[in-house]
Amino acid sequence: MPLADSFILIPGRTSKQGVGISEGKFQSGYQEEIHALQMTSHDMQRLGIATGDRVRLISEWGSIEVAVVPSKGDELPVGILFIAYGDLSSRLMGGDTHGSGMPTSKGIDVRLEVMGCPTPKTTG
Amino acid sequence: MSDTEDNGLSLKIVRDATCTFCGCVCDDIDLHVQGHKIVEAKRACVLGTAWFLNHEIEDRPSCLVEGQPAPLADGIERAAQILATARYPLIYGLSDTTCESQRVAVSIGDWIGGLVDTTTSVCHGPSGMAFQNVGEVTATLGEVRNRGDMIIFWGSNPAESHPRHFTKYSLMPKGMFLPNGRKDRTCVVVDVRKTKSAKAADIFIPIKPRKDFEALWTLRALAQDLPLDGDLVERETGVAIAVWQDLMVRMKKARYGVIFFGMGLTMTRGKHANSEALLALTRDMNRYTRFVCKPNRGHGNVTGADNVVSWRTGYPFGVNLARGYPRFNPGEYTASDVLARREADAAMIIASDPMANFSQPAREHLASIPYIAFDPKETPTTRHATVAFNVATYGINVPGTVYRMDDVPIPLRPAFESPLPSDFDVLQGIEKRVRELLGIVPAAAGTG
Ligand code: SF4
Repeated sequence: MPLADSFILIPGRTSKQGVGISEGKFQSGYQEEIHALQMTSHDMQRLGIATGDRVRLISEWGSIEVAVVPSKGDELPVGILFIAYGDLSSRLMGGDTHGSGMPTSKGIDVRLEVMGCPTPKTTG
Repeated sequence: MSDTEDNGLSLKIVRDATCTFCGCVCDDIDLHVQGHKIVEAKRACVLGTAWFLNHEIEDRPSCLVEGQPAPLADGIERAAQILATARYPLIYGLSDTTCESQRVAVSIGDWIGGLVDTTTSVCHGPSGMAFQNVGEVTATLGEVRNRGDMIIFWGSNPAESHPRHFTKYSLMPKGMFLPNGRKDRTCVVVDVRKTKSAKAADIFIPIKPRKDFEALWTLRALAQDLPLDGDLVERETGVAIAVWQDLMVRMKKARYGVIFFGMGLTMTRGKHANSEALLALTRDMNRYTRFVCKPNRGHGNVTGADNVVSWRTGYPFGVNLARGYPRFNPGEYTASDVLARREADAAMIIASDPMANFSQPAREHLASIPYIAFDPKETPTTRHATVAFNVATYGINVPGTVYRMDDVPIPLRPAFESPLPSDFDVLQGIEKRVRELLGIVPAAAGTG
């Protein structure tokens, strides 16, 4: 069984992702940015995860595989993950908008599984 | 002095060009243009520079039908056929094109009795709902620049999403009533992460995720000096009541307070209730001092989309025109819902990328129906489209009008002409053909 833990995921804008939109969504800059999951070094240590290790995030509505990078300084609190908006983060959203037109796109409950062995990169 | 200069070495300089990458819509950019390429964008931020320097003319056909290059006329014909024969067609996107194109798209929606929705529904749509319930105490960015001495960013990270927000409008400028610029202002950031913006603030308040509603109502209660249980406040918001009390004292002392709010509120559980709480707090504060609020809008002309759809239909987004008159109901007529519920049987997507940004059920349904896509760039949405138009870029090749995030209309000053058609021209072609197919007599000149 892979090691699993619960987190709250915050997808959001980053300037790298914004630059990537103009450079082209199929270019490496954009793809790398939307595939990188930020985690505190405290959580990384606790789960034995090194930079670049791949993990699986599972929400009520979908699952994705991403590479972990440490968050900068004290930017993230423990127990919170951050990922740039994009194809991958959207796969974890549900179709229901609760009468608002807006799917719940931030503050998503996810289960994180540390993957046993490296897997090929997920592509959009 | 003219806006455009040519120094004789084929370097053209376009002064005061408008950047349409984000809702700041900076209209002070000097562009250096060589042929079909912008080589320098003076005063643009990192996002604006990437926007201007990466929109050269790409060697791709202007029209693809079923993935194959096709004459433009064939694409227009196929698009019109799809829209005219659909039973529940959706028109969606619109936030990255001119008001002139938005207007034509709404007209098509009207002729075909379709749904018209914009990317507002998945950014500040919940705020749009809240405006209708509470109202908005608002201001232009010029007022903020000249008067705002207390600037609060709530669930918004302009340092990454609107990089010139601080320097051009909200924090750094020396204003009419703020001669010392940044020193005369207090900046507060409320967020779940210590973002880049938080690092520029005087006070950072880290709240628990999904607790914006509770935090905003705490402030509403404190504004009225209502007794609160300090332990409960701290447990719910993750922040000691003393911090909220201190913030309220500062807010009341401000001469002109401003709250900029972002998708940290609208995309999180609570959505329109979160925005409503913030609008109500702003309204409450006007009993004590002047306070205004503004959503930080993302796309360059998403505010124009709200304006155009409102003045054409009476509602800002999520409009159903199927009965011949407009009906508004977010959650029922919004794009994400009609796709995820598999209701729409055709779509026209203008300048947005739902195949990358929508939920999986919505994407799967969109991929299963005929749809038309417009974009200057190749995206997952254009790749799956039945008809894809590769169009000229607004602001860089195409003139027109856009609205800044504070509802101020701004003209575009294009840098160079494109051999590609504008979405405006293609949409006009589709509108004409749709009317012919539906047997709608062209309007007399001047009445359209
Ligand atoms: S702040 Fe926004 S509008 Fe201004 S230059 Fe940067 S991206 Fe363009």
